[in-house]
Amino acid sequence: MADLEEPELLRLGLEPLHEELGGKMVPFAGYRMPVQYPDGVLKEHLHTRAAAGLFDVSHMGQVILRPKGSMEDLKRAFEALMPVDVLGLAEGRQRYGLFTNDAGGIQDDLMFTSRGDHLYVVVNAACKAADIAHMVAGMPGAAVEPVTDRALLALQGPGAEAALEALVPGVAALRFMDHRIFGDIWVSRSGYTGEDGFEVSVPEAEAEGFARRLLAQPGVAPIGLGARDSLRLEAGLCLYGHDIDTTTSPVEANLTWAIQKARRAGGARAGGFPGAARILRELAEGPERLRVGLRPEGRAPMREGVELFAPDGTPVGQVTSGGFGPSVNAPISMGYVARAHASIGTQLMGEVRGKRLPVTVTAMPFQPTTYKR
Amino acid sequence: MKYTKEHEWLRVEGDLVVVGITEHAATQLGDVVFVELPETETMVTEGDEVCVIESVKAASDILAPVDGEIVAVNTKLVDNPGLVNEDPTGAAWFFKMRVDDLSVLDDFMDEDEYQELIG
Repeated sequence: MADLEEPELLRLGLEPLHEELGGKMVPFAGYRMPVQYPDGVLKEHLHTRAAAGLFDVSHMGQVILRPKGSMEDLKRAFEALMPVDVLGLAEGRQRYGLFTNDAGGIQDDLMFTSRGDHLYVVVNAACKAADIAHMVAGMPGAAVEPVTDRALLALQGPGAEAALEALVPGVAALRFMDHRIFGDIWVSRSGYTGEDGFEVSVPEAEAEGFARRLLAQPGVAPIGLGARDSLRLEAGLCLYGHDIDTTTSPVEANLTWAIQKARRAGGARAGGFPGAARILRELAEGPERLRVGLRPEGRAPMREGVELFAPDGTPVGQVTSGGFGPSVNAPISMGYVARAHASIGTQLMGEVRGKRLPVTVTAMPFQPTTYKR
Repeated sequence: MKYTKEHEWLRVEGDLVVVGITEHAATQLGDVVFVELPETETMVTEGDEVCVIESVKAASDILAPVDGEIVAVNTKLVDNPGLVNEDPTGAAWFFKMRVDDLSVLDDFMDEDEYQELIG
C-alpha cells in the first residue's frame, strides 16, 4: 500500500540495545522508539515507581545557547521568547520554560539550565527544528548550537540515586532541578515521571556502555514510551501537542507557576514576551478555560477527545490525555473545561462510546511526587 | 477451536458457542485494564459490537461472530481485566452465545489456518 508508506524514520544510537532488550519499536516524533519491552507497560510503570527505570530520550533536542556578546544580553534575548524569569536563574540550576506565540499559545515547552557562560536547553523532539529556527531568528546575539553527538537518558524512581551514584559519584548531592557537569557527562536532577530521578546527557560514543552499566545496577530496568506516558499522566505533567499546543495559553494550561513574578504585571521585567497581552490579562482576570485533572467514577478510561458535559448537558470541554493509571489503579485523565466548571470536586459527565459517564474534577498530580527538594 | 479474522476464538460447549480473544490478540493489545460486557439475554447480529476491551494502549471491540443470543458473560473480567492477558484462551472467555445451528462455525478458520494468518 504505497499511500501508507512511512517517511524515513530517524534511528536512535541505542537502537541495537533496545532490540537486544526486546524493545518493540514504533514510530514516534520521527524516530523509531521502544514503546515497551517484554514486561509490558503496566509492569514497567510500576517498576519505575518501585525501583528504577531507564528511558532513552535521545530523540529530544539538546541545544547550547552561547552569547556573542554578554551573558546578560543572551538571557534577556531568551526571556523575550518566554514568560519566564531567565535572568534570575542561578548557575547550575534548571527551570521549566515555554515558548509562546503572539496569540499567547504555547509553541513548545522545554527545560533550560544556566551553566555560567552559556545556557543548555532541552526541547521536544517533534518541535526541535522549529524551536531551533525560532531561537536563531529571535536571538541574533546568540550562537544556537544543536547538540547532535549526545544521547539523553533518564533514570527515574526511588532506586535512581544509588544506581547513578555508582557510575557517577557525586550525583547524590544534587537536589531537584540542580544540574552539574561530571567530566563529559551532564546530569540534571529532573524528569518526566513525578519520581525523583535524573536526566543524563552522555556522548553518543559512550552511551551504550553507560546504559549497559546502568542496567547492570540493582533494580534498573529499561522502560518504554508507553510507561513514560502513563507515568507523566499520573504526575499531572503535560504532553506537548496534546495537553498544550499553539492554541492553549500557559494560564489556561494551569502552568502559571512557570511564570515567575519578574515577568508578571508589577514585576521587574513584566511582559515583553510573545502573547503578553493575553497572558497578562488571563493572569489578572482568569482564563476562559482551565486544564484540570479528571477522575472517571467507573473503570472505563476517558481518553483524548472525550467530550465533557455539565450535569445539565451543556458542553464544557474535552479530555486531552487519558488512560489507566497503574499506580493509582484507576482511570485518570486531564483536559480543558470552562472555568465555571473547573473547581476541584465538580461533577461532570464524559461521553464514552455514546454513553455519558460521571467524572470528577480532581487535583493533580494523581500520584504524589517524590522529588528530592 | 475455531478462529475469526478479528482474532476471536470460538469453542463449542454443549449447544453454546463460547467466545474469547486469542493469545496473539491479547499480546497485541497489551495489558488489559477495562472490559465491558454485553447484557445477557440479548439478541445480537453478526458484526455487532458486543464487548469493549481497553488496554493501556487503546480501546477495541469484540464483534459478535455469528447471529444469536448472549446467554452468559464472564463477570470475572470486569473485576480482573488482567485475566485476559494471563489466560486468554481459558479463564478469560468473554461470553457464551446460543445459535440456531452450530454448523455456522464450519466457515471459520481452524488452528492451522489461524496460525498461518498471524504467522
